[in-house]
Amino acid sequence: MKPDLKPPRWAERLLEFFCAPHLLEEVQGDLHERFQRQAMLFGAKIARQQYAWNVLSFIRPFALKRKKSEYPSTYLYRPDMFRNYLKIAVRNLVKNKVYSFINIAGLSAGMAVAILIGLWMWDELSYNKYHQNYEKIVRVMQHVTNNGEVQTWPNTPLPLAEELRKSYGSDFKHVTVSQDAYSILSYGEKKFSKKGAYFEPQITEMLTLKMLKGTRNGLQNPNAILLSESVAKAFFGEVDPLDKIMKMDNQTDVKVTGVYEDLPANSDFHEVTFIAPWQLYYNNNEWVRTMADPWRPNAFHIYAQLIPNADITTVSYKIKDAKLNKVSKELAKKKPEVFLHPMSKWHLYSDFKNGVNVGGKIQYVWLFGISGLFVLLLACINFMNLSTARSEKRAKEVGIRKAVGSVRAQIVYQFFFESLLMVFFSFVFALLLAQLMLPFFNSVADKTMSVPWGNPLFWFTGFGFSLLCGLVAGSYPAFYLSSFQPLKILKGTFRAGRWAALPRQVLVTIQFTVSVTLIIGTIIVFRQVKFAQNRPMGYNSNGLVTLPMYTSEIHTHFDAVKKELTKSGAIIDMAEAGSPPTENYSSTSTIEWKDKDPNLSVDFQTIAISFDYGKTIGWSFKEGRDFSKEFSTDSSGLILNEAAVKFMGLKNPVGETIKWYGTSNKVIGVVKDMIVQSPFQQVKPSIYHLTPYPGGVIIVKINPLASAGKALSEVETVFKKFNPSQPFEYQFVDEEYAKKFDNEERIGQLATFFAILAIFISCLGIFGLASFIAEQRTKEIGIRKVLGASVTNLWQMLSKDFVILVIISCVISAPIAYYFLQEWLQKYTYRTEISGWIFAVAGFGALVITLLTVSFQAIKAALMNPVKSLKTE
Amino acid sequence: MKRTYLGEFEEIVLLTVAVLGQGAYGVAITDELDRQTGRAVSISAVHAALHRLEEKGMLSSHMGDATAERGGRRKRLFSVTALGSRTLQEVREQRNRLWDSIAPQSLPAFGIVM
Repeated sequence: MKPDLKPPRWAERLLEFFCAPHLLEEVQGDLHERFQRQAMLFGAKIARQQYAWNVLSFIRPFALKRKKSEYPSTYLYRPDMFRNYLKIAVRNLVKNKVYSFINIAGLSAGMAVAILIGLWMWDELSYNKYHQNYEKIVRVMQHVTNNGEVQTWPNTPLPLAEELRKSYGSDFKHVTVSQDAYSILSYGEKKFSKKGAYFEPQITEMLTLKMLKGTRNGLQNPNAILLSESVAKAFFGEVDPLDKIMKMDNQTDVKVTGVYEDLPANSDFHEVTFIAPWQLYYNNNEWVRTMADPWRPNAFHIYAQLIPNADITTVSYKIKDAKLNKVSKELAKKKPEVFLHPMSKWHLYSDFKNGVNVGGKIQYVWLFGISGLFVLLLACINFMNLSTARSEKRAKEVGIRKAVGSVRAQIVYQFFFESLLMVFFSFVFALLLAQLMLPFFNSVADKTMSVPWGNPLFWFTGFGFSLLCGLVAGSYPAFYLSSFQPLKILKGTFRAGRWAALPRQVLVTIQFTVSVTLIIGTIIVFRQVKFAQNRPMGYNSNGLVTLPMYTSEIHTHFDAVKKELTKSGAIIDMAEAGSPPTENYSSTSTIEWKDKDPNLSVDFQTIAISFDYGKTIGWSFKEGRDFSKEFSTDSSGLILNEAAVKFMGLKNPVGETIKWYGTSNKVIGVVKDMIVQSPFQQVKPSIYHLTPYPGGVIIVKINPLASAGKALSEVETVFKKFNPSQPFEYQFVDEEYAKKFDNEERIGQLATFFAILAIFISCLGIFGLASFIAEQRTKEIGIRKVLGASVTNLWQMLSKDFVILVIISCVISAPIAYYFLQEWLQKYTYRTEISGWIFAVAGFGALVITLLTVSFQAIKAALMNPVKSLKTE
Repeated sequence: MKRTYLGEFEEIVLLTVAVLGQGAYGVAITDELDRQTGRAVSISAVHAALHRLEEKGMLSSHMGDATAERGGRRKRLFSVTALGSRTLQEVREQRNRLWDSIAPQSLPAFGIVM
């Protein structure tokens, strides 16, 4: 027999793996015997094949079935043992206070964040679900093509509603026109200005309003009004508001015909605090009744509810040309395409680019969801790392437990039990922490959320998640520690292998990759905000205040008011305008000029202003001059902004004649671009024109020498004198302007929050690891010191490992961060560059923080007296 | 009469064990089966049958000695128990009774009639 003749190794392994141990010897023996004979008879190749085949044919029940042990198995769930686990767990917690603190603090911070993010996501995803017809409600919107660029507008022309009802009525259950309302409501002496909306009567059914008083038929009469519960309370307190007569904007009498429950903050209609009939708006606004081309002004919202079995996409496609078929040839140039935007997408999928829905807030839901998950992951990693690092310390315990009769499963249970205990401690702390952080979080996220203590689903998810967390975090120590062989441990020959530290290193690298990515993200978000804030505004917002004009009293006495206020030194200038400098509501497409390309379609912002508007807001001229009372022709003059000049391609704009709606107007000046809409986008072409009564707001420039508070109270006195019926309201323009950055700043704040948390948790982790490693190497450090190593040497030795890991993390995170942030910046026209130094700063910062964390432990260990560390045994 | 059921293959394996006497173990039984019946059975099938027969109490076994070609592993040697022996006997008697009650010429003739 040739000694090197062996059956195939894999078949041997396979047999040894699946065959029951008590049968293995005879089976393997028989197969070998057969193999040797086959080899002699037919050669090695055939014998090998036969052997493999034979092994495979042994995969049958009798060979797979394990024989029961002759000894009684250990009962795994003895309450005594659990009591013991609890005792040991508590002792371990108390004995290693630092570790316990790091573990529990890190994990509860991670969980608290996960809870908050979870609440936030829940809130975002349940938007509008308050309305029972949620599935079937749509907003009618349109895509409009302007010089090749598709814009998407939520507002539509008025006759479209009638057209939908008439020509496509079989698909719609309800269609309603709507207009936002911002009115002064008054009852007796009480006056408040409130946000509301005009709707057609069916709206109550569409939005399934919960009527507390009255019925859903309340809007049939054009002089009716429905109040939300809070508005009704503000006016009537405990008195029944039904059938009371209120005044709207000091002119129209309306009768309260119902009170509805306040719409929740996560409804897109939550600002609608009163509902007035559309008919009332129609009756009160002459321009609506006398529109020359009613298809032209896109000034109305249309909401609709589809019939139960209609499919939104199909209907949306059907009505595509509802507007195109009706409009004049000139308007048809813009290829208006009507479509339906379902309620379920209003909040999270509201952004359109080139006529395609490109998401919206859903990106933030994903972004924060993932960030929250990562923070939780980091905390779990800490837990795993510290537990495994301590394994050598607890190896003896495992050895003794095994020696006195614990089976492996018991050790596994023990460690799972310990990790679950820790996780549930952390969960309790996390709940407390979440409750404490909620007000802050609410203010950052602009929400009014609360922890749903009474919701079983919340507890179910919470406990489920904790359980999962505990099992995931506890699995590694549980299976790793329980695999130790008692003999080796107790003899003292146990050595964690060369690779024992590898998983730990991988986990630390993951932690720092996440942290560094978040740091880079934070820096770039803030740079983007700063970049847009540094754009010149085009005017001076300092001390600029706007006051809404609901009625014409102040306009009528404009000169008297202005004279009185300037004389007292409260203000230095005052003007009227159609809209505040930070917003604009009107635009036009009917602009003609010399050499205009007839195919060019136009969308100009038009801003109605009074004399002194420019002086008040402090715009600056590039060419020409401001409107002046000395030139009577200025009433038909126009002032353009740079963007408009560029759009029209005029060489010498001043003096040019521009036709607007058929009337000729002369350009008298060009002003520098002013940021009206988003500071992240290009300034739109705009036209400023004089109007006798712009009718939107009064703008005053407060005297910089007077204090704002005193000046405003003077303004209030004078305004009250001339217009006693209007509650005094004002807005600072610079505050309004700052609000344009709210969204981006919010992202920045949240990113900072996440970055700090991630760094904090990661540092807690390496702090624990470093202290553990220093402790483990006490003797080594002692000997090195005796042999002449300096403190610097030792510090380097102990810090080196971590520094390498952090550097690897930086290298990994740079491309990841670059990719995602480049993507994010794409949506801004005005965007900052992602420059290399940001990565360098983030990496350097992480390195410094790591070094500081590790050095504390490293230097402590290096300074220890070697006599002490070597003497102890 | 009730007795433990014995399958055809089991019966043959049990008989082979009896034939082999002292040296009945997996490989030997397989080879013997091959020689006696011409059936090429796999070792695993024989092992499974042996295992089943032992569970039924018709075979008993003990570990024998090891040989070099088995890589130092021992054989499991089987011997027929009293129950096994009695069962075989009963099966045989039953067959005989059946044979005896067959009327002459009721089986179609083949080959040389003795």
